[in-house]
Amino acid sequence: MLELKGIRKSMGGQEVLRGVNLRVGPAERVVVIGRSGCGKSVMLRVIMGLLQPEAGEVFFEGKKLTGLSEEEWNPYRRKIGMLFQGAALFDSLSVFENLAFPLREQGEKSEGVLRQKVAEALKIVSLSGTEEKMPAELSGGMKKRAALARAIICRPDIMLYDEPTTGLDPIVADSINRLILHLGKMFGMASIVVTHDMVSARMVGDRISYLHEGKIYFEGTPEQVDRCEDPLVRDFVRGHAEGIGITG
Amino acid sequence: MGSVLKLVSHVGAVFTDSCRTAGAVFMLLGDTLRSMVQYRLRWDQIFEQMYFIGIRSQVVVLTTGAFTGAVFAAQVWFQFKRFGMESAIGPTVSIAMCRELGPVLCCLLLAGRVGAAMAAELSSMKITEQVDALRALGVYPTEYLIVPRFLALVISAPILTGLALVTGIGCGYFVAVKIFGVDGAYYWDNTIKFTDSKDVVIALIKSFIFAVIISAIACHKGMNCPPGTAGVGKTTTEAVVNASLTLLIVNFFLTILLNALLYSN
Repeated sequence: MLELKGIRKSMGGQEVLRGVNLRVGPAERVVVIGRSGCGKSVMLRVIMGLLQPEAGEVFFEGKKLTGLSEEEWNPYRRKIGMLFQGAALFDSLSVFENLAFPLREQGEKSEGVLRQKVAEALKIVSLSGTEEKMPAELSGGMKKRAALARAIICRPDIMLYDEPTTGLDPIVADSINRLILHLGKMFGMASIVVTHDMVSARMVGDRISYLHEGKIYFEGTPEQVDRCEDPLVRDFVRGHAEGIGITG
Repeated sequence: MGSVLKLVSHVGAVFTDSCRTAGAVFMLLGDTLRSMVQYRLRWDQIFEQMYFIGIRSQVVVLTTGAFTGAVFAAQVWFQFKRFGMESAIGPTVSIAMCRELGPVLCCLLLAGRVGAAMAAELSSMKITEQVDALRALGVYPTEYLIVPRFLALVISAPILTGLALVTGIGCGYFVAVKIFGVDGAYYWDNTIKFTDSKDVVIALIKSFIFAVIISAIACHKGMNCPPGTAGVGKTTTEAVVNASLTLLIVNFFLTILLNALLYSN
């Protein structure tokens, strides 16, 4: 369904991605883990066409996306949903207007249909009744769920999650993880989840890829990652700082 | 020798950077014009922005226009009465208001009020990933965010300038006639006789071009905001300062150009 081949991308003069290869099948949930600043979010932005890679190709449903113009990209962006790290709700619009936004952009004009679809999407993320609230009135977890509802309202084929549980308490983080699983099963959506939260990675991932120094260093099922004896992977998974030379 | 080289290198870097920024502003302007043709116009957003720019700026623009006209009339009266030229106060005030004071002061205020708001709003959206979210939802940010602001300002600025001219000239009349006792009939007669419709055209052309400058610079700054809240503050300040300075510099060349075009015969 989605394939990355040899993606290279520099940010601020530093090469962040140095030849990333990744494949995601239909309805598959792939978790990309790695240390902060290793390029996980950059990779998602390259997939979404928000950043252009210096080398490499992105294929979606067999179509090469790299090199497309902004206008050519737009039909594909509607098939790829993205949950941003900071939710990225439009803060001048109410929750209803935020959720109705992608539908309106796709030509839906009937207020009744919009109300119904927004209510359905909010129900899925357990936010029914918040239509008239402004994003500033929502908690961090509610913002993420509202943003998730906006991302899925047009039923994309694949969802990209950028640190979906970062900054949330364990209970709210767990609810987000359950939502990711639920959406995958309910709509058959494939997912790429970027995180450094290992609880989340084990819970939602069919497959976990460890991004290190700009490349996919290790790939496997959650069980294989837990059993991996490679020091880099083991230290990350267990949260040990000794591997990077910091000891207590 | 070393310090001279350093200075030359610094000046060169500033010049290169300015050229790069100017190029980027022109590119954004081109993209805005292209988006206006290529995409449907979002009139609801344009009217919303016009309300903010046009209606909400009225008090500040009218006050500035009124007191500029009043102060200018007073200053001219102080000087002209020494030569017995009180009857020339009217045309002097009206021509100065039309050609320079009205459009320049009105648009400097718009650069401060509207330019700052545009830069701050867009840069906040940029750093909170809202601009990326727009693109992710298949919406071109220039079309959605910049075109309505650009159009609203280029439509509102000439109207506001027109209002500033009317209040400035009106207040000039009040000060000269009602306070300093200049003959009202002479005042109006001379004002109408010596103020040409071309003077009003100059005011409207200047305010239109200044609005293009303000919106292009403010939107460029906002859309290229460095990360972090400090970036928003820096961007907003730079947008106002750059737009104001560019406006004043461009005003000089516009004055020469419009004078040559409209008064060549």
